[in-house]
Formats: sequence, structure tokens, C-alpha cells
Amino acid sequence: MQLNELLIREAVQARLDLRTRDEVIQMSGKMLAAAGAVEPRYADAMKKVMDDLGPYCVIAPGIALLHARPEDGVIRSCLSLITLQKPIEFGHSSNDPVDLAFALGALDKKSHISALAELAGFLSNADFLRVLRGSADTPALQTSLFSFIEKGK
Amino acid sequence: MVIATLCGMGFGTSMMLKLFIDDILKAEGIKAETNPWDLGSFKGNKADIVVAPVDMEPHLRDYPAKIVLIKNLVDKQEIKEKVLGALRELS
Repeated sequence: MQLNELLIREAVQARLDLRTRDEVIQMSGKMLAAAGAVEPRYADAMKKVMDDLGPYCVIAPGIALLHARPEDGVIRSCLSLITLQKPIEFGHSSNDPVDLAFALGALDKKSHISALAELAGFLSNADFLRVLRGSADTPALQTSLFSFIEKGK
Repeated sequence: MVIATLCGMGFGTSMMLKLFIDDILKAEGIKAETNPWDLGSFKGNKADIVVAPVDMEPHLRDYPAKIVLIKNLVDKQEIKEKVLGALRELS
């Protein structure tokens, strides 16, 4: 599975006006559930992971990678992205505040790995982050995100 | 040499770290086994080096291995410097 298959287009949303970490988690779960990729309970499972394990999911400055377990209601492997109008504190020691929030649903421990490797490569690319942060609305973000991935192959 | 990468569940963050470290080791011609671990089960496993997100430090205080803490998990330079530094210390 590749990144452009893992990413769900309608679950890529730009400049959302969310105020708290929990709103970001709920919105991510809602988008993935609306696409039929996870069950509605997946959002609460992601929140529980954050509550139990702490804010390590803020993997890089401004970037969160949320996820729960396959058995928490994943229907197919999927990835969403929210960019935020105003950055939000997640409680991380050095990478706060967050303005890019990915949410991953993994069907098992293996099938999403090559897509995740692609994502990791893109997230270490400053041009890619500039495109994500610079997209003014959802259609622009969806278009530029997928075309960047397409070109990056 | 066994290098473990740690995260909450063993297939998101830790897998990403493992993939970066595999690339670095390959480029440097270093042979080591890399394993992604999850917080729930890692205490029964053994490694020479454990690489983890910086905010997991409290979970690793008593763990008998060289601990490498990473702030930016997609910064290849930070990962490379810290992992190669740890490998040098142990060799």
C-alpha cells in the first residue's frame, strides 16, 4: 500500500478552526469514520492512547501523528490530515504547538509500513511542510498534497 | 548489536524510527538488528541501544541499555548523529 492509497482525500482538511487537542482528535476520527475507514469509536480510542501514553505522538515540531490500535475499530488502513488555523498545545516538551495533525488507522502491523516510510520521508522535506502549511483552503491542500506525493515518486 | 525503537504501540512512531535507522545503518555499512517495540511488552526484551521519542524518557529510567532520546522524529540528521554516537560509545 502506498501513501496516496493510505491518505483519504476527503479526510484532508485545511485551516480548521479547532481549539483543543481533543477537538483535533474527535474531528480526525469523524473524518475517517465518514469515509467508512474506521468505526466511530476509533476517535475515543485515539484520545485514550494520548491520555495513557502521553504526548509523544507530537513527532516533530508542529506535527502530531495520532493513532490507536487495529482492534479499536479500523475497517481499512487509512490516514487523515488536519491543518489548523491556530496552533494548539498538545503538552509535548519540545515540539508544541501543533498545526499539522495526521491520524493513522492501521488494519494490522504491516500493511501500512511502506506508506508510512513514504510519509516519514516527506515529513523530513521542508518543501513538503511548506506546501501543507501554505495551503489556504481544503481544495488547495488536497490538490497540492496529492500532486506533491505523485511527483515525489 | 540490537537496536530497539520504542513507541506506545510498536507500529507507528517506532516503525518510522526503525525505517530511518535502517537507512542510516545501510549508508554507513553498519550491521545491526533493529526491532520496533511497544511500551506494553518491551521490558521482557533485550537490546543494546533503545531509541525513543524524548517524552518517553520516564518509561526508560531503569532500563539496562544505552538510551537515545530523539526530539524530532523525522529529522534524519538528529537521528543519525545520536544513533551513530551511541554506537561509537558501545564499540
